[in-house]
Amino acid sequence: MTGRRFTRLALAASMLAAWSAAGQAQQVRDDEAVARGKAKYEHTCAPCHGRGAGDDGRVMLPGTAALAIKYRGELPPALEDRQGLTADTIRAFVRNGSFSMPPFRPTELTDREIDDIAAYLAVSSSAAAAGSQR
Amino acid sequence: MAILPPGVDAGRFAAAIRRFEEIVGPEWVFTSDEDLHPYRDHFSYLKDQPNEPIPSAAVGPDRVEQVQDIVRAANEFRIPLYAISTGKNFAYGGPAPNVRGSVTVDLKRMNRVLEVDDKRHFALVEPGVSYIDLYDYIQERGLKVWIDTPDPGWGSPVGNALDHGIGYTLGFYRDHFGAHCGMEVVLPNGELMRTGMGAMPSAKTWQEYRHGYGPDPAGLFAQGNFGIVTKMGFRLMPQPEHWRNGLITVPKRRDLIPLIETVNYMTDLFMIGEPWYGSPLRQLMGNTEFREAAGRFDEEEMDRQAAAARLHSWQVELQFYGSERTTLANWEYAKELVARAVPQARFTDGESLPVPLTKEQIHETTGPYPTNMRRNVTQGVPGLGIWYMTGRSEMNPNAWDETHVGLFSAVPRSGEGVLEAQQVFARIARDLEIPSFNNALGTPVNWYQFTFLMGAGFGIPRDYTPEGKKRAADILRRILEENAKHGYGDYRAPPILQDDVADQYSFNDHVLRRFHETLKNAIDPNGVVSPGRGGIWPAAYSSFRGALRG
Ligand SMILES: Cc1cc2nc3c(=O)[nH]c(=O)nc-3n(C[C@H](O)[C@H](O)[C@H](O)COP(=O)(O)OP(=O)(O)OC[C@H]3O[C@@H](n4cnc5c(N)ncnc54)[C@H](O)[C@@H]3O)c2cc1C
Ligand code: HEC
Repeated sequence: MTGRRFTRLALAASMLAAWSAAGQAQQVRDDEAVARGKAKYEHTCAPCHGRGAGDDGRVMLPGTAALAIKYRGELPPALEDRQGLTADTIRAFVRNGSFSMPPFRPTELTDREIDDIAAYLAVSSSAAAAGSQR
Repeated sequence: MAILPPGVDAGRFAAAIRRFEEIVGPEWVFTSDEDLHPYRDHFSYLKDQPNEPIPSAAVGPDRVEQVQDIVRAANEFRIPLYAISTGKNFAYGGPAPNVRGSVTVDLKRMNRVLEVDDKRHFALVEPGVSYIDLYDYIQERGLKVWIDTPDPGWGSPVGNALDHGIGYTLGFYRDHFGAHCGMEVVLPNGELMRTGMGAMPSAKTWQEYRHGYGPDPAGLFAQGNFGIVTKMGFRLMPQPEHWRNGLITVPKRRDLIPLIETVNYMTDLFMIGEPWYGSPLRQLMGNTEFREAAGRFDEEEMDRQAAAARLHSWQVELQFYGSERTTLANWEYAKELVARAVPQARFTDGESLPVPLTKEQIHETTGPYPTNMRRNVTQGVPGLGIWYMTGRSEMNPNAWDETHVGLFSAVPRSGEGVLEAQQVFARIARDLEIPSFNNALGTPVNWYQFTFLMGAGFGIPRDYTPEGKKRAADILRRILEENAKHGYGDYRAPPILQDDVADQYSFNDHVLRRFHETLKNAIDPNGVVSPGRGGIWPAAYSSFRGALRG
């Protein structure tokens, strides 16, 4: 897909631009990415990776439950609490699939949407970390 | 690893790809290994084998006209297509095609909810609309209708119905194909057809009168390959005001017969939602003496041990939709009917809740009795919690179910039928020398209102090496064969088993398949639409029959 390299560059560029004079406009664009990422995450990922109980009352949703077993407390099982998940890392997992998580096709999850989800998870996980330090 | 469509050279393939790019735009044509990876079956028995059905490309149209142009181009370049809607057909092949090298037509981007009417109770949707999408659409607008969702909510009304999928509310709606009303199809020559009242240009009843006039070909498009469906209507259940459940148990093995007869009566009077059968005796399976008696199907001994453990042999959980009072009256009537048939039956009231249930009520798993019911789906609320079945668990912390597959056969809807199927399944397991679990306590699923499906308790070896997977697939084929000898037919199958299942519907020298293939060759002379799907092979690809067996 042709858009992929472009979005990655755009993201890198966006981080630099945040320091520049155009910082304010950039902030708005970042907030928009986070909002888009949150919506997409809630629709497409949270039914397996959410923080809440399973939809049938099980303790955890299946993605969260599997990651709890995988990491045994070394990393938080809910992706929204997990720091350091870059767009590239997420992309590698969701395009290849991982254990019982099947891969996602570009028609259901575009590269730009993966970037948005990464932006959202960065914000949600720092908020979670700040919360747990208090 | 470039894969080409069968019989197509690189030059012709490149020209076809250019045409597809003109039709949908280059960003929606996928040819790299990386982009095509998610078009393979994540649970494949043939992963990385030379005959794994991997597409050569995928195309993502966003409008009906584009689908028509893709089909026309496929005819011109002689390229086999494979259409998917949401492509989540896991346990039945995932998004993967029947023919290696097909071009997958991925309809996910056609994801518009075209209409939901909560006075006349129907929806009209495009193929890419998932159950979760449709549910959200209805909730956001506060419409007073329910969807009937399968367990995983990321599939689609269109894709699920086209593989005869099922759900969990009232009987009529649980049969997703049965509850469809009107479809729009791109035929193999690129023409657009509408079924039912959709064939009358000015009709305002497309989603209300399914038959239209004359033979209704709609059935050809489910588990078949006669066209690409681009719209489908579905009847929707009005949101009821109240939901109630209750549990019935009966003491003896043979009590299953009058129990099922009575529940069938209620089902066919449209009095209850899906009944969930089970056996309280499963808790005795850890006990050697009981397990051995169950292994021998020694009914007297099983009854004796059940009585000693003060357990009943069978249970069924009933559900009622309506008002507080009508659901109560129906539950009382259900008790009366069962007590007449089995005087020793016991009854436990479940819960009685106004609809919509709160999140806490949907999550409630500590009701008055233990249940396996997943309450969210009985309320038409989609989710993905069921995915736990395929993943790591405390018992298997470093493994996942890499070859998860569905195998459910239609057995007669009677107690005698169920008790016989249990013995047949146990015998098959013995003959194939594979472990047999709980077969003497096996109960049917009543997903389809008028059908019992039973999944046998077989232990298919979990050896995920290529040889292990091949052995497992061979076992599945032998189970299918043995089942068919007893008249038990699979309702659905992944591409690796579709030829085998279709083979068993062989009355009068396979006249049904010959009929399908005569039609197929007539309307799809180049065989471009999903060749092999449902075991229906057009002449152009007939040499591929059974290619996924090897
Ligand atoms: C743990 C687990 C639980 C499950 N529970 C259920 C359940 O409760 N109920 C149930 O029904 N299934 C269940 N399944 C099976 C399956 O996952 C679902 O049925 C799923 O909804 C099917 O995928 P889909 O809706 O995305 O359909 P798709 O994958 O889009 O379509 C299925 C097939 O239909 C054909 N098709 C699709 N769209 C078109 C079209 N537009 N034109 C022509 N042909 C088309 C294709 O051959 C395609 O492969 C379960 C699977 C698992 C693993
Ligand atoms: C059907 C359920 C399901 C959905 C939907 C789902 N996942 Fe997953 N995901 C899982 C499971 C299960 C695992 C853990 C697999 C394992 O290692 O056992 C997982 C693992 C992951 C991992 C790897 C984490 C690690 O450290 O191993 C990432 C990243 C991930 N998912 C991201 C996503 C994103 C982003 C989405 C939404 C676009 C998503 N997932 C949607 C079930 C799901």
